[in-house]
Amino acid sequence: MLAKRIIPCLDCDLGVPGGRVVKGIEFKQIRYAGIPWELAGKYYEDGADEIVFLDITASHERRDTMVSVIKKTSESVFVPLAVGGGIKSVEEAREVFNAGADKISVNTSALKRPELISEIADYYGNQAVIIAIDAKRRYNLEKGREIIETPEGRCWFECSFYGGREFTGIDALAWAKNAERLGAGEILLTSMDRDGTYDGFDIPLTDAVSRMVRIPVIASGGVGKPEHMLEVFQKTNASAALAASIFHYGEWRIQDVKEYLVENGVHMRL
Amino acid sequence: MIAIVDYGLGNLRSIYNALVRVNAAPEIVREPEGLAEADGVVVPGVGAFGRCMEKLSRFGDPLYDVRKAGTPMLGICIGLQVLFEKSQESPEARGLGWISGQVVRLPEDVNIPHMGWNNLSIKKPVDLLDGVVDGDMFYFVHSYYCLPIDRSVIAATTDYGTDVTAMISKDNLTATQFHPEKSGQKGLRILENFVRSTRC
Repeated sequence: MLAKRIIPCLDCDLGVPGGRVVKGIEFKQIRYAGIPWELAGKYYEDGADEIVFLDITASHERRDTMVSVIKKTSESVFVPLAVGGGIKSVEEAREVFNAGADKISVNTSALKRPELISEIADYYGNQAVIIAIDAKRRYNLEKGREIIETPEGRCWFECSFYGGREFTGIDALAWAKNAERLGAGEILLTSMDRDGTYDGFDIPLTDAVSRMVRIPVIASGGVGKPEHMLEVFQKTNASAALAASIFHYGEWRIQDVKEYLVENGVHMRL
Repeated sequence: MIAIVDYGLGNLRSIYNALVRVNAAPEIVREPEGLAEADGVVVPGVGAFGRCMEKLSRFGDPLYDVRKAGTPMLGICIGLQVLFEKSQESPEARGLGWISGQVVRLPEDVNIPHMGWNNLSIKKPVDLLDGVVDGDMFYFVHSYYCLPIDRSVIAATTDYGTDVTAMISKDNLTATQFHPEKSGQKGLRILENFVRSTRC
């Protein structure tokens, strides 16, 4: 039986030599967490099923730093590595794949030019393309939106880009469906309302998207304790849960979280 | 020397790094002539069956020679699928055809691709599975799976909506649907076993 996955996410500021891992709260206040390849190695030893690096500086000049982070990490980490942030073309994706990445994640560039998904998928396969969606609840119910019931009221979800700094007007659920059709192999679904809050995943959002598509959905944003991971696996069809803060600052070890989940009936790799 | 066949698709760094980790001396081989001196040959694979065969075809005869010579060979992912005659993914393409049977789409009632860690169910004891036990988990990423006519070539399966061929073994030829280079310590163990088989 296929196991659910736990994926630590390393938000990388590449504006310093060698880069550093940071973490924001609701896409703002930034806190320092460690050196990217060191942290990745620690998480690998600790049972991470996969590792995601997000370049939050996302500027082309920093690409060399990300390439060296991936090269160094892939020498000693033998689980899948995904890389996202600022990749705008197949050529830019190639640099990252050649460095040792198994998957690349696209967000802003795919919203601006959806064909990018197909272009990368045609060359590297669907499994190599993650569409990252940063979704925010909107309670102004507009016509033509995918409306979801939540305990806080009925809402739709708007896609954000540029790292949460701008909004697109695009319906996140419709975009998820579209991205799957274009060839994305996986969806990294982040709730902007929950990210960094420690309040738990946005269950209605994760449930809606994971029922709507056939490709795997990675739930992200808001995990503060292992119970939140259990909740997302029990109440939605999410294939994986992504977390940053709870692992970075030593609150929880990945292995402990996985053991807790197994004790509660979730199939995991221990 | 262990040759990693580079036919121009995908990321070879992972398998290269993993072989280095288990103390092998891998070499990325871009020309078919480079296979002649190899003690072992790894055929990695990503992307679609058709494109893979298109790129791999110029290595077809040299790979067949390697197989005839009894040199250990390891196919990974699409590197397993290309051993078969044909695939539903690219009906017009012809595979190497070394194993009778075909490659078919995963069932309709499961998420596709099959992506993540799944348990191995061992069907026959082979040297490459030394140190691996029933139920150990490996990393899979694929949308099609192999159906050999001769079921005795199947060394291991995994359960994903159906019994999915996870590993085949026949003489000097072994191939896995999962990625040993992405499967943590257990995956490295399989690679280590492969490297050991090249030194016999």
